[in-house]
Amino acid sequence: MVTIPFIWIMGDLLWNGWDQLSFSFVFSAPQNAGREGGIGPILISTLLIVGVCMGTAVPMGLGTALFLSEYTRHDHVLGRLIRGSLDVLAGVPSIVFGLFGNALFCQILGLGFSILSGGLTLACMVLPILIRTVEESFHAISQEQRLSAAALGLSKTTTIRRILLPAALPGLLVGIILGLGRAVAETAALIFTSGYVARMPESLMDSGRSLAVHIYDLAMNVAGGNPHAYATALVLVGLVFIINVSSSWIASRWTSCNRLSA
Amino acid sequence: MISFSSNTLSRSRGDFLLLGSVRLLALTAGGLLFLVVAFLFHESWPALQNIGLSRFFSDPDWYPTENSYQLTSMVWGSLLATTGAVLFASPFGILSALFCHFYAPPLLARWYRRMVELLAGIPSVVFGFWGLMVLVPIIGRWHPPGPSLISGILILTLMIMPTIMLVSHASLAHVPIALIHTSSALGFSRWSMIWHVILPTTRMGLFTGILLGLARALGETMAVLMVCGNVVQTPSHLFDPVRTLTANIALEMAYALGDHRAALFMSGLFLMGVVALVVSTAEALRHRNTYVSAK
Amino acid sequence: MPFSTFFFFTLRVFLVGPLLWAWAWEYPSARAEGERLIITGSSTMAPLVSEIGKRFETLHPKVRVDVQTGGSSRGIADTVNGLADIGMASRALKSQEQHLNGSVIAHDGITIILHTSNPVQELTDDQIRSIYTGSSTNWSHVGGPDSGITVVNKAEGRSTLELFLDYFHLSNRDIHAHVVIGDNEQGIKTVAGNPNAIGYVSIGTAQYDAAHGIGIRLLALQHIPATLETVREGRFPLSRPLTLVTKSPPAGLVKTFIDFAQSPQVHDLILQQYFVPLQG
Repeated sequence: MVTIPFIWIMGDLLWNGWDQLSFSFVFSAPQNAGREGGIGPILISTLLIVGVCMGTAVPMGLGTALFLSEYTRHDHVLGRLIRGSLDVLAGVPSIVFGLFGNALFCQILGLGFSILSGGLTLACMVLPILIRTVEESFHAISQEQRLSAAALGLSKTTTIRRILLPAALPGLLVGIILGLGRAVAETAALIFTSGYVARMPESLMDSGRSLAVHIYDLAMNVAGGNPHAYATALVLVGLVFIINVSSSWIASRWTSCNRLSA
Repeated sequence: MISFSSNTLSRSRGDFLLLGSVRLLALTAGGLLFLVVAFLFHESWPALQNIGLSRFFSDPDWYPTENSYQLTSMVWGSLLATTGAVLFASPFGILSALFCHFYAPPLLARWYRRMVELLAGIPSVVFGFWGLMVLVPIIGRWHPPGPSLISGILILTLMIMPTIMLVSHASLAHVPIALIHTSSALGFSRWSMIWHVILPTTRMGLFTGILLGLARALGETMAVLMVCGNVVQTPSHLFDPVRTLTANIALEMAYALGDHRAALFMSGLFLMGVVALVVSTAEALRHRNTYVSAK
Repeated sequence: MPFSTFFFFTLRVFLVGPLLWAWAWEYPSARAEGERLIITGSSTMAPLVSEIGKRFETLHPKVRVDVQTGGSSRGIADTVNGLADIGMASRALKSQEQHLNGSVIAHDGITIILHTSNPVQELTDDQIRSIYTGSSTNWSHVGGPDSGITVVNKAEGRSTLELFLDYFHLSNRDIHAHVVIGDNEQGIKTVAGNPNAIGYVSIGTAQYDAAHGIGIRLLALQHIPATLETVREGRFPLSRPLTLVTKSPPAGLVKTFIDFAQSPQVHDLILQQYFVPLQG
């Protein structure tokens, strides 16, 4: 049942986008508003934006999830407050994040339309998903493990490093994948923060168009943009696939190493 | 959770450092919401002053350029589309997580999971694009005009199902293996094991998944804008076009000035209100449930 | 490599983050010898102005032209606030905006579109008015087949909508729409997917799509065919100027850019984006 629409969508993308796809499409710059040329600079900007986003969101998410599950009791007021506000935050529409990011990062903090503001705005956006999934996997670790670690006299830091984090890795990974999925796919929030410029970025302070913004622009704004919109969507989905596969591969490597070293 | 602040023997400087930084991070993350709300209030203040809260309910319709600002029908639009999507997506998401974890052969399960992960990463623009090109014409042929509440619900279902499935799957993976062994030793059929043992133990995880999906559906903008029809009206059946609060912001924000702009920020605040309401209801339900099952 | 290394690595990244930030902040001043033009506004104009900007950059290698979208009103607001050097508006300046300086760089028209399978060949202004106000709800009322009409309207605040209402002497409240859309291509895709739909979009886009096998047909207005030709000749009744807006009379680099955008050097770019260049 679930497979049908998936195959339908993918088939549609492949059917319409495959013959547009080539080595030069992925690496060259767009021409004639994206109808011709490629998506090279856009791909680089996207990677930079997602990098900034994850570089900020993962440490913050891990820390918050640790705090929520290990340092507060489940019904503690502060914990519930933070948890509640994160749930609400998860429901804030991306366009509101875009306007918020535009006001906070671009104007108040003076970063302007830039990859940095885009990444930070996205970090605010994916944080709730990341925290909730990671926290969930911390909760799922059975209490005996914590107690036996405590009985062995391990310090809290060691317990977290050696026992909790490895055990929570699958959850962290799901969180990262969901978060990445949202970050890579985001349109509305990025139009107002990282901008529309399709030039090769020279620094994190440059404005850079993301793949999703490019797709939206081609599909909704440029007559005859459809073929390249399909091809770009295909590249985007491929990118997500690579990220997913490699992250689960790294995770399996890490857990096996960790078991050996422990 | 047991907070083991005094039951460790060794305490290192690292512990305090970690506690401090972790607490700081948590406060920042929590504080983010207040920043966002403060920002929304700041931006919608002119609307509250010049228009007044009651008019968002009592005005006959939404024609902001002609000074008429009613949001109730869009609140309905958002609520109906989201509820529909959650009703469709949760059983599918949870069932496919169960299938993947308990029924499917490992290889199929791995590929299935990978596929759903991929589905989670398809940008909403692509969903919307596909909906506009494929789904809407099909529905339109069946029951014109096509862009409607039902197409919004279907697209949202597709979008939030991966979230629900992945989160449920992660929490299924954490069911202690001993529980499964015990129940199969007791001769439970697979289904009754799932129903009586697995689902109750993973309830919290499933719930989180549904909540995340719900929040995503409420906040979704681009795809909904492309398939829902965006006519401001309270829908009377599934094939009526609707406009959601998010689509309202996305459609008009770029072209709005003055009170109109402030009124759009008001719709953002309304949306946050709806989300807060849903979240607190869910929280209350969850508390009652844990209480009942503890007895 | 144990997992903990990863965790402390990320922690370190978080601590180093602010430093990186500070560096990034200082960075642009360090290479400020090149000038930067910031242009924001209309999503219709953004692809065109991006292309013009690209050509401008090749002529002035030290200059960077950053084009951002967000809608005509945003362009004007940003220009007034000083956030942008130039605003883009896909309409003429309104009476309360006369203190700003507008420079027209191209023209665009608005046309009524139907699905190709719809046998209706022409509609009078009165018929269009009656369809949009909901007094004609079936194509048989205007000489078509017996099926209900799906009215596609634009969202509040769009300059296309304002122009349309103005031309037909309607107010948005009178219109009984079945679908409300945002950008041009969404309108075209909606009409192409529904045999009973009627909508209105930018002429250039519609002409391109109709020529490339998308299932829409452009209707003439007052017997004047909707083409870029008739817009260029000034005969087509529904047209709008694409305007670059500045706060004070353009000077320096801004003036160089606007002069460039109005010059014949960019006419091929304007034609490529399916708009109508200035005469002469």
